[in-house]
Amino acid sequence: MSTHAVKRTSVSLQQKPSFGSVLWDWLTTVDHKKIGIMYLAAGGFFFILGGLEALLMRLQLMYPENTLVSGTTFNELMTMHGTTMIFFAAMPILFGLINCIMPLQIGARDVAYPFMNALSFWLFLFGGILMNISWFLGSAPDAGWTSYVPLASQAPSGMDFYVLGLQVSGAGTLMSGINFMVTILTMRAPGMSLMRMPMFTWTTFIASALIVFAFPALTAGLFLLMFDRIFGAQFFDVAGGGNVIIWQHLFWIFGHPEVYILVLPAFGIISEVVSTFSKKRLFGYSSMVIATILIGFIGFMVWAHHMFAVGMGPIANALFSVATMAIAVPTGIKIFNWLLTMWGGRIRFTTAMLYCVGFIPSFVMGGVTGVMVAAAPADYQYHDTYFVVAHFHYTIVGGVVLGIMAALYYWWPKIFGKKLNETLGKWNFWLFLIGFHLTFFVQHLLGLMGMPRRVYTYLEGLGFETGNFISTIGAILMAVAALIFVINIIYTHTRVKEIAEADPWDGRTLEWATETPVPFYNFAQTPLVRGLDPLFIEKTQGDGKMKPAEPLGEIHMPSPSILPILLAFGIFIVGLGFCLHSFFDNKWISYFIVFIGTVFSLLMMMFHSIKEDHGYHIHPNDYTNKGVGM
Amino acid sequence: MQSDQTGVLPPHPEKATLEGRNKILGLWFFIASDVVLFASLMGTHLALRGSTQGAPGPQELFHLEYVALMTFILLTSSMTSLLGIKAMQRYQFKQMQTWFWLTVLLGLSFLGLEIYEFYQFVIYHGLGFETNAFASSFYTLLGFHGAHVTFGILWVVTLLIRSRSQGITTYTAPKFYLFSLYWHFVDVVWVFVFTLVYLMGKVG
Repeated sequence: MSTHAVKRTSVSLQQKPSFGSVLWDWLTTVDHKKIGIMYLAAGGFFFILGGLEALLMRLQLMYPENTLVSGTTFNELMTMHGTTMIFFAAMPILFGLINCIMPLQIGARDVAYPFMNALSFWLFLFGGILMNISWFLGSAPDAGWTSYVPLASQAPSGMDFYVLGLQVSGAGTLMSGINFMVTILTMRAPGMSLMRMPMFTWTTFIASALIVFAFPALTAGLFLLMFDRIFGAQFFDVAGGGNVIIWQHLFWIFGHPEVYILVLPAFGIISEVVSTFSKKRLFGYSSMVIATILIGFIGFMVWAHHMFAVGMGPIANALFSVATMAIAVPTGIKIFNWLLTMWGGRIRFTTAMLYCVGFIPSFVMGGVTGVMVAAAPADYQYHDTYFVVAHFHYTIVGGVVLGIMAALYYWWPKIFGKKLNETLGKWNFWLFLIGFHLTFFVQHLLGLMGMPRRVYTYLEGLGFETGNFISTIGAILMAVAALIFVINIIYTHTRVKEIAEADPWDGRTLEWATETPVPFYNFAQTPLVRGLDPLFIEKTQGDGKMKPAEPLGEIHMPSPSILPILLAFGIFIVGLGFCLHSFFDNKWISYFIVFIGTVFSLLMMMFHSIKEDHGYHIHPNDYTNKGVGM
Repeated sequence: MQSDQTGVLPPHPEKATLEGRNKILGLWFFIASDVVLFASLMGTHLALRGSTQGAPGPQELFHLEYVALMTFILLTSSMTSLLGIKAMQRYQFKQMQTWFWLTVLLGLSFLGLEIYEFYQFVIYHGLGFETNAFASSFYTLLGFHGAHVTFGILWVVTLLIRSRSQGITTYTAPKFYLFSLYWHFVDVVWVFVFTLVYLMGKVG
């Protein structure tokens, strides 16, 4: 297997590899850092797509009785905006960050299943593509991201793309969840006990556990919806004895933990950034860990608070009401811990830190309105109004997106080797924060005034004009801020020549102990962890370098493979075949496509099982660096 | 009988490598998620099992003797896969192959009986997938279980064929161990299906 290693290093010694070999390298990679970058790129693309959909909706609502888009188009934009942002933008960007950073933070050379990691990525990408090709095939999904039945089970063909697109990408998400959990449990460097793990790793672990237990409920729900739509099952058809509430339960048993799947990694990011830029150890580390576990645990017992208006009765409503409010307690613990970490610290207001400082009050506002809508009697008033829209955008944008932006500015030098421009970063931050509050704060008031959500227009004279106009201006500001971020990326990678230092922020955790750019084996020698914030311990009590936990020796690496993309493509063909069932007079044509895709996927699985692959070894002479890191 | 390069045979070849241990842990998490999938489908079936809309219901359809035979066959296959693993841990390759081929045979018999049962429901009782919500949820739950059985059979047959010339090594052992874990899980699901669908259908 050593020929493999020689080939690998000789490629890196050549000046310029051909375009074809670079493309092949990315298509076959199983390296967690490259997969992370692909997640970030694809997630960024979908983020822009979902953002444009939001902008079109806001422009339509800018004036009463506006005719920019039709009601049908508005429904499609609304559905695709929500679904894209949750499944194809926020989650993949977080997965990208987790992939790039988490293995470095625990001192591992890769994730537990590198092959499956690549498969997860390609499944997510093909799922996103499958859902979005509906735009070109007649109609996009238009029953809302929650897709309540019977509307969704009787809607036109676009809904099939929603069902199958989410099914394909959901399979990838589940694999990622399992992969991250096993990686964190078994691949930590010597000395890194569970209670020495960085908070980002901890929150990744809990979010992954939520994925493992929440996503199958969505899978089941989507299957029922698919069987109703394609095979004429009677699950949601009351005339056939079906029950529409089953969908709502299954969807929210998944849907509410999903909120925490998104926000917990963001909490982890904030903990890392606040601690680094306050030059202090995270305040109340153990209580942070316990709060994370509690949020994950209680997060499974609150799904029916989305269904107060369904008519479950006062006892069920009261129970879910109380459980929901209980989540405010561990979340509050986190907020106070961040504030107390900053208290007395030597704070540096970099762009990443500004995003954290912006995050705290914004997210608290989302939390407060959360407790308001959790009160069942009051919720009868808020239900299906813009107040709810304002609430969840404060948690998702004010929580998840601000956290993601902080992470991008913080980890960009480690992931991409260049530091983003701080001046552009500050413009980016302030425009985004002001635009965000301008967009969504007035929506609380619109909701209290009675403006229903999901409407494509409103009449003049109802008092909704000013609020909607302000909200649209805010959305435009957010778009400008996003544009500045794109300009910042282009500027950084075309104008800035110097490679970022290995540890540009005076970091505390293991990812900053690797050199920049990170070699594909991460650590020549696995580091020895002596406590929480291991690099900071070595800086203050040692010579600033990590101690090795093993002698210099051969490193075992997984081999690249083209199978993940082929297998994901096969599953994509299965999904596409089902989506096309209403396009042919003879249904068997679409079932034939499904059959081809299934056989192809099974053959790829068998091929992967039969092919003997033990990976390859790199010899110490081929390392670009010696020792643990820097 | 084969050994790895060192010539020393570890007592638990499936857990001798980090890859093997990782795979086993990962499969446990997968099983945890599959529990949620089956729980969702069972919950749906329990909610809809009364919705027969005048068509034949559980009372008329189910024959417990027939289902007991299916249960007996599937649980026996769980035992043969366990004996396969015991043989593997003793490095008795031939015995292991025999036990796993027997597992395949029992799995196929179970599937055959299940398909025949569905055939009876459709032909003699006119109970199609689209007939009513009870039928939809029944065929979906049973279909998912049957699909798991089918996948398991394809899986272990692939393993048996691919490892013919290799025997038991620290590379092939985890693969068989994973299959047997999965197979036990599929059988445990059947115990719940038998109880919640068939028994409660008859007496509930």
